[in-house]
Amino acid sequence: MNPLSKSSSLINAINLTCIREERILFENLSLSICPGDIVQIEGANGSGKTSLLRILAGLSQPYEGNVYFQDKAISQTRELFYQNLLFLGHLPGVKDEMSAQENLEFNLALHGLDKKSAEATLNTVDLLGFEDALASQLSAGQHRRIALARLWQSQAPIWILDEPFTAIDKLGVAKLEQLFLQHANNGGCVILTTHQDLTFDHDRIKKITLAYQFY
Amino acid sequence: MNNTPSLSYKAAFLLIIKRDLTIAFRHRDDILNPLLFFVIVVTLFPLGIGAESTTLSRIAPGIIWVAALLSTLLSLDRLFKSDHNDGSLEQMLLSPHPVFILVLGKIIAHWLLTGLPLILVAPLLAVLLHLNENSYGALMLTLLLGTPVLSLLGAIGVALTVGIKKGGVLLSLLILPLYIPVLIFATSAIDTAAMNLPYSGQLAIIAALLFGSLTLAPFAVSAALKVSTN
Repeated sequence: MNPLSKSSSLINAINLTCIREERILFENLSLSICPGDIVQIEGANGSGKTSLLRILAGLSQPYEGNVYFQDKAISQTRELFYQNLLFLGHLPGVKDEMSAQENLEFNLALHGLDKKSAEATLNTVDLLGFEDALASQLSAGQHRRIALARLWQSQAPIWILDEPFTAIDKLGVAKLEQLFLQHANNGGCVILTTHQDLTFDHDRIKKITLAYQFY
Repeated sequence: MNNTPSLSYKAAFLLIIKRDLTIAFRHRDDILNPLLFFVIVVTLFPLGIGAESTTLSRIAPGIIWVAALLSTLLSLDRLFKSDHNDGSLEQMLLSPHPVFILVLGKIIAHWLLTGLPLILVAPLLAVLLHLNENSYGALMLTLLLGTPVLSLLGAIGVALTVGIKKGGVLLSLLILPLYIPVLIFATSAIDTAAMNLPYSGQLAIIAALLFGSLTLAPFAVSAALKVSTN
């Protein structure tokens, strides 16, 4: 068993090393994320924030090291891990040819959630009145809102969000922060990258700062 | 959080097919382009080499099948490209459903949009090329068994090249050699039928190719997609 294994933690990463273009972005990075954690990953552009999130989600393979969910490597427990994970990358994954509601219904159904709640959820993200509009006619912020709408329906405890606030207005950001706090208080965890300052209490956020070295 | 999501293979499979068909019908160029290409290539041949019926009927199986190959190749790009570019491919790989099911759904949808229309217009074009009347059955059967193989094998190539900016040339180099067995056995079946001989042997080989690729290609595609999005 791995040394950092704690029964209470949701996701463990041991000795991660990531190399891109012959540059070491980070090495021997270990982290353990518990229910209630809100983790903000900081760093300059190109410092490996997205790479770290993609490794944690199992989309990219680390050069070395492993990510564990419930004491099993995530590649061994794929189906269970992905039932407990919600990952939103920096691309919203919204199809231009489908309407806002169809996009959300597909996203919910793809992750095994009930798609009947789609209309009500669009109301929550202030897209009421746009549900039948094709996504090609909506703005970048509205695309992002369609993708983020899944958060309100998600049953997954682990949320990994890459720049969730991109193109979202101030009011929307406040609403999202409220949701993150509520999710963490209910025993979930949120791992996110953002260049904005979060308004939570300082003892509530854990920060990981990535800084790359030159060799 | 005890509300476990409902996961059904069949629902996931149908969900993907429905989505891809919806998108294609709202973006009709994608369906019409390969079909028009197929029709134009086949109709140009009689104009180019003269309307002599003996020559045309001898080369008809080859023309129809080569045009079908190329038009499938033309349509392959959209199989994963747009999903890769807008991030929805990532979400599919992160879904708790097996990637095998989702990939198979996408390939079947691709065949419904490109293979099936080809099969429907092929008899009309065969008339244009004076195809021997004994060969119609063989033409339809080889297309019915062969075009899904083209979609399945093509998907492997697309999955491997989806992360590359200009993967078009590489895609043809990767895929065309794999298409050659289908081409050889399909045209041979049609020629044999024209001579009134049994062609079940060639059909059996194409059927074997179909079931082999139906069971194995989705695994290869899932693995290739994981590499491409890494």
